[in-house]
Amino acid sequence: MNQILTIEHISKSYGTKVALDDVSFPVHEGTILGLLGPNGAGKTTLIRIINQIYIADKGKVYFRGKPIRTDDIISFGYLPEERGLYKKMKVGEQAIYLAQLKGLSRRQALVELKYWFDKFDIASWWDKKIEELSKGMQQKVQFIISVLHKPSVLIFDEPFSGFDPINANLIKEELLAMKKNGVTIMLSTHNMASVEELCDEIVLINSSKNVLNGNVLQIKQQFKEHIYEVVFKGFVNYIDLAHRHQYEIIENKQEFDNQIVKLKLLDTSIKSNTLLQALLDVGEIVSFRELLPSMDEIFIKVVKQTNNQ
Amino acid sequence: MKKIRIIVAREYITRVRKKSFILMTIIGPILMAALFVVPVWISTLEDDEIKKIAVVDSSQLFYKIIPETEKIKFEYLNNVSLLQAEKLIATNNYYAVLYIPHTVLSTPIVTISSPKQPSLHVRMHIMSSLSSLIESFKLVKNNIDPEVIQSVKTDVKVSVVKLNDDGTREIKSSDIQMIVAFISGLLIYFFIFMYGSQVMRGVIEEKTNRIVEVIVSSVKPFQLMMGKIIGIAMVGLTQFVLWGVLTFSIVSIVSGILLKDKNIFEQQINAQELMQKQVTLQMKNNDLEMNELSVIFDSIKMIDFGVMIASFLFYFIFGYLMYSALFAAIGGAVDNEADTQQFLLPITIPLILAIVLMSNITTNPEGPIAFWFSLIPLTSPVVMMMRIPFGVPWIEVLISVLLLILTFLFTTWLAGKIYKTGILLYGKKVTYKDLYQWIRNK
Repeated sequence: MNQILTIEHISKSYGTKVALDDVSFPVHEGTILGLLGPNGAGKTTLIRIINQIYIADKGKVYFRGKPIRTDDIISFGYLPEERGLYKKMKVGEQAIYLAQLKGLSRRQALVELKYWFDKFDIASWWDKKIEELSKGMQQKVQFIISVLHKPSVLIFDEPFSGFDPINANLIKEELLAMKKNGVTIMLSTHNMASVEELCDEIVLINSSKNVLNGNVLQIKQQFKEHIYEVVFKGFVNYIDLAHRHQYEIIENKQEFDNQIVKLKLLDTSIKSNTLLQALLDVGEIVSFRELLPSMDEIFIKVVKQTNNQ
Repeated sequence: MKKIRIIVAREYITRVRKKSFILMTIIGPILMAALFVVPVWISTLEDDEIKKIAVVDSSQLFYKIIPETEKIKFEYLNNVSLLQAEKLIATNNYYAVLYIPHTVLSTPIVTISSPKQPSLHVRMHIMSSLSSLIESFKLVKNNIDPEVIQSVKTDVKVSVVKLNDDGTREIKSSDIQMIVAFISGLLIYFFIFMYGSQVMRGVIEEKTNRIVEVIVSSVKPFQLMMGKIIGIAMVGLTQFVLWGVLTFSIVSIVSGILLKDKNIFEQQINAQELMQKQVTLQMKNNDLEMNELSVIFDSIKMIDFGVMIASFLFYFIFGYLMYSALFAAIGGAVDNEADTQQFLLPITIPLILAIVLMSNITTNPEGPIAFWFSLIPLTSPVVMMMRIPFGVPWIEVLISVLLLILTFLFTTWLAGKIYKTGILLYGKKVTYKDLYQWIRNK
């Protein structure tokens, strides 16, 4: 996969406070990258450096293989965490203004705006002042403004904060649709559920360092604890198996007609098929699956680990 | 550059369309025009009525000798008491009754009784004519011929001739120059303050609306700052020009309507004639002589208005640019207007100082205070504008201009640094130490 963005050895400090310390990672074209990390880890600084709002003390950002230039800004769409609009300005005028600042002509801006306003069914807002709109409505307008100039990279800082579930879903769908069209998306969020839903890759920043990055599925594999969940039909009182010493039962509960058992393999060389075979004798199996850690769990684990170092 | 233009256009258009701008643009000229027109109007109103004043003279000294004017006539009532005369006011259509007691020579107090408040004009007329009459009675009493006194009375007028380096002579009347100096100094002060603080409020607005980060992801913070400063400067210039044009047309139209029936005012009105007319009217009231008026007009002509307008525009634009960069920096550094106080103080002090020194500078435009403060860039826009009507050596103007431009470049650079860091910082009470940090940061 092409690297559309390459972050190389970025460091940035404010006075004595270090915000980013030698952060490097690639962003692959057409993927959604989750930028994770506790509050104050340096995510917003990194995003601002990629958007050329801040200049890094050290390191470089490459866009399509070349050091990023001011003119590249038109290829970026940015929805900052602290986002707002001119309260007294009309929605339409404001959208045109911001689109023009991105480099669109008035005519292009009008065409694009009409498409999005029709799509979101908000054409009637055109002549309203921002202060007349609710917060959710304003965020829709902000979203449109950030994608209007058809950027090839979208950078969203906390895109879902402040959105109600309906609008959050609308945005998620749009993001997935854009990804399908080849747009690369980078989003910082604290919402791990949306990371699982949307992200192909993640970067976890803690205390200004990149502590974990890569493909979400691979990371989950990397952090898996070899826990399997087996559901038996009917009551099973005997699940003690021949290879008792190879796994432990960490949970065993009855739910309606089903017996749900969680097993942790002690010997990781045992294949799942071997385990399944052993379980076949115990009872009628309804389902059998490996439990991969959630992003939430990985996040907490890695952050705690690096904090202790 | 194209992006700065887009920002300038937005800043300009949103402000010019604001109700407050339109209101100010209309009310300003109306107020200014009123300053010109109302005195003229009032004098035309008063002229309509001939005021008949009954005189009850117990002293028997003033029979038919109080001087009359076109509009003030006296009727002398004999053998009528004050009370009786007052009753005659309505029937005989008197404006007022003037009662002169027989003790008037020793204690010069007279009474005017009237159902209305007697006009200032009437009171002044009675006061001055009775004063001079009583003076001459007293002179006669002491065997001094009033004619002699009249001939000794002298009123010295000073006419100033300025000797230029090239040997030419210019007639100067510093009164008019002082007025022009006051007005231009005040205008610069007012414009810098008004539009500078608009820049600051605009920056704070962008910060509190949280739109600033959206914008700086498309343009450089410096471009945003300059766009705002230039846009607001253009609003200021627009307002200035509109005020000039509107004031002029309101004065022309209104005085044209008011003064239509008077033959002398029938001619086509142009600026100088208009001014002359008003001055003439006021002059008539003040009993000033025509040759004094011509001195004033000569000295108005002496002031080179081309130079005045050019230097006004220069000092307004660069004074504004220098100060508004500082205002923008303050706006960028704070979260809300309440926090601006501590930073505003150091930049308002020089401006206020310039205004405080105004009378010193206009009375002594070549003195050391005027000289130094017209070179120091923070005060030079106001102070130099106050000096220019009196004529300033070109080398001093040049130095002041250069210093101002250099300081403008410096404050803009400084402000750019503070602004860039400040606008993206929320919820932190900024101190001078922080600002110093930001300036040093790369």
